[in-house]
Amino acid sequence: MMKIPVLITALLVGATSVGLHAESVTEVQNTYLARGAGPFVYDSGESLWNSRIYKERRCPDCHGPDLSQSGEHKRTHKPIEAMAPSVTPARYTDVRKVEKWFKRNCKWTLGRECTAQEKGDLLEYLKRF
Amino acid sequence: MKYWVIGALIVTTGIAASGLAIGGEYEHEYGERGERGEHEGYGYRYGFRRPDVAPVKYALYQQECGSCHFAYQPGLLPAASWWKLMDGLDDHFGENAELDADTGKQLRDYLTANAADHVSTGRSPGIVNSLRGSAPLRITDTLYFRRQHSEIPARMVKNNPQVGSFSRCDVCHAGADEGSYDEDSVRIPGMGRWED
Repeated sequence: MMKIPVLITALLVGATSVGLHAESVTEVQNTYLARGAGPFVYDSGESLWNSRIYKERRCPDCHGPDLSQSGEHKRTHKPIEAMAPSVTPARYTDVRKVEKWFKRNCKWTLGRECTAQEKGDLLEYLKRF
Repeated sequence: MKYWVIGALIVTTGIAASGLAIGGEYEHEYGERGERGEHEGYGYRYGFRRPDVAPVKYALYQQECGSCHFAYQPGLLPAASWWKLMDGLDDHFGENAELDADTGKQLRDYLTANAADHVSTGRSPGIVNSLRGSAPLRITDTLYFRRQHSEIPARMVKNNPQVGSFSRCDVCHAGADEGSYDEDSVRIPGMGRWED
């Protein structure tokens, strides 16, 4: 009797929090839509995230294989908070900050800046975690 | 005769100048360490002391630089070092740390105005003296730094899993955030209080 309302509440809270985290990521994606990019594709994001196209570097080298866990920079050993918006929602609340890190990390890992389409795709992938 | 006098003058001045330079270094090394400065009005954690370097009071610097590593006080290196560093942020000790142009300019201005060769606070002039015109990228490459840390064995820092590197000032210097590098407040994790 008591269990059903509790379960419903838990589901609602769960759904709301997942929705909220994804929402801030979607807001960042909207800035790329405004630049003419889109629609954004999960598979493209996933494949770019795992690609090795420059100096043998891949995103998971530093962010780790599990996006819900923290990673460590492979050169400097700096700890890096989890990429999953459900774990580290603060990552995606400031568009300028997201842009700053896309610039740094696309250049470091891929050897060039990412396009608006690629950034949107990467976020489409990351926001599912 | 005239040439002899001029020659002697040049030699004497040279000796006097180098003597002054060495004197200057040691004065800063030994004279100003942890000196009491009640009249200065600095309320530091370890009593009323003059800072060894002026503390960082610029939120943008604290945020942009301090979110990845200890926010080293600008007074630890001369302006020429900071300029080199700001010009090479795309390869910042192995990592890309590029900033947008606007933020970069503001931080550069802050670093310049507060660089070791532009202030007279605490140890900054001693650091500049030790460089003899060079502009290293790393604080740990200054002669001043090396001399201050020469007695510390590798097992306490580099091979100490709780420290790992001399670049993490605040791990051992409890007052580092306030610009205090007083020897008496050094606590090396896993090693206890530093006694030399």
